Amino acid sequence: MVDKYSVFSVLREALRGHTGWRPAWRDASPVGAYDVIIVGGGGHGLATAYYLAKNHQRMRIAVVEKGWLGNGSIGRNTTIIRSNYLLPGNAPFYEFSMKLWEGLEQDINYNAMVSQRGVLNIIHSDAQRDAYARRGNSMRLHGIDAELLDLAALRAKVPYLDYENARFPIQGALLQRRGGTVRHDAVAWGYARAADRLGVDIIQNCEVTGIKTENGKAIGVETTRGYIPGKKIGLACAGNSSRVAAMAGISLPIESHALQAFVSESIKPLIDNVITFGAGHFYISQSDKGGLVFGGDIDGYNSYASRGNLPTIEDVCEGGMALMPMLGRARLVRHWGGIMDMTMDGSPIIDKSPVENLYLNAGWCYGGFKATPASGWCFAHLIARDEPHEVATAYRLDRFAKGYVIDEKGVGASPNLH
Amino acid sequence: MRIVCPHCGERGLQEFLYHGDATVTRPRDGGAEPTPEWTDYVYLRDNPNGAHRELWYHNAGCHAWLVVTRNLRTHEITAVETAHDVALGRLS
Repeated sequence: MVDKYSVFSVLREALRGHTGWRPAWRDASPVGAYDVIIVGGGGHGLATAYYLAKNHQRMRIAVVEKGWLGNGSIGRNTTIIRSNYLLPGNAPFYEFSMKLWEGLEQDINYNAMVSQRGVLNIIHSDAQRDAYARRGNSMRLHGIDAELLDLAALRAKVPYLDYENARFPIQGALLQRRGGTVRHDAVAWGYARAADRLGVDIIQNCEVTGIKTENGKAIGVETTRGYIPGKKIGLACAGNSSRVAAMAGISLPIESHALQAFVSESIKPLIDNVITFGAGHFYISQSDKGGLVFGGDIDGYNSYASRGNLPTIEDVCEGGMALMPMLGRARLVRHWGGIMDMTMDGSPIIDKSPVENLYLNAGWCYGGFKATPASGWCFAHLIARDEPHEVATAYRLDRFAKGYVIDEKGVGASPNLH
Repeated sequence: MRIVCPHCGERGLQEFLYHGDATVTRPRDGGAEPTPEWTDYVYLRDNPNGAHRELWYHNAGCHAWLVVTRNLRTHEITAVETAHDVALGRLS
């Protein structure tokens, strides 16, 4: 059992030269059979294990992870949280996630640096203002905070944007004050530690190589560390969902794509919000270390390589330069890629699979990070009770066949949507 | 990443547009009712972690539709055919 973190533990360790800190979670090995095996030790998998242990009946839970905790998209995203969604299938779910973020650090006893610094979506045309006004109204009808800023209010708040840009004139912004950023690695580590304290076995360097079925039911997973029997198996391995689901003979409406993220050299505090460019695809915030963290479109063709190509870097930087030309003076120090499960309607899947006792948490597109707490909560609910949580009922796998797609952008089947 | 167009030679990625999986085939019109074949065609993808046959359009070149075989893990391109030839091959 790991000690609870508190002011007193920090003071105690300061006095004894930090010799008393112990690993935040056990390095477990697979032991016997489990009631639930979660495949994937990223944010969603660890959150699922934590909420399974916390919210539901007592059971033996294992999380198996092919690499180390936090090496997937939980440690590769641009750390933004928001719930500025339009459609009824999405808005309550992401707002539930936002509420969980607001109480997360106290709940898991871990500093995840949740910072509700506000998310600004910049408006560049009359049509876009109408669209954002509609989105804001829809959000408020769902009980989510939203404000439409006019040009003067936006200028007072962020004076450093290019307001003289003739091609992409700035007219205002949609602001969600409760949106912001969270330290992404800390989310993985915090959930891992909290789940471990509740008895979850977190098994790293344990890649699933097969899903064993008997009479159409999943009964365990073959791994690089041997066979692990489990009564229920939950897949939370976005990026690789198609590969793992294929082991059970399931085909998914998903393509894997690379999304790049970028960070500049550290500079003095400049951007105190998250800002998104409305005339292209570009979003930026500033980390507490001072680096400008930004990103844009996916590379645009299927990929399992966690790296990106130069044309996309150029495209993202052009978006940034159109919004705030001063960015051109900052040096780019790092860029990296992560693999996204891009679904055909831009919305995720939290559902039972066609194989009994096998559950799916997949298809998070670009937007999985902000969903982490609610995804874990709702997936745990589905696994424990065999029925969907009330805010995640729209995320069915059969929605594509039945015509109930959740298409925020309204453009039809296309694997490049949010 | 560069693609060797059968008509134009080796060209940079920015000349091309991507159109996804080239192995899905459009079903025949089956009336007003949706069929599983249509769902598969519109939504389901194999998404392999290896060789992938995919459509590219040479937008800034000869305007040919190409079927490119590319490894999704390494981005190595092993074959480029014109979609026209692939379609004729399917017929014969």
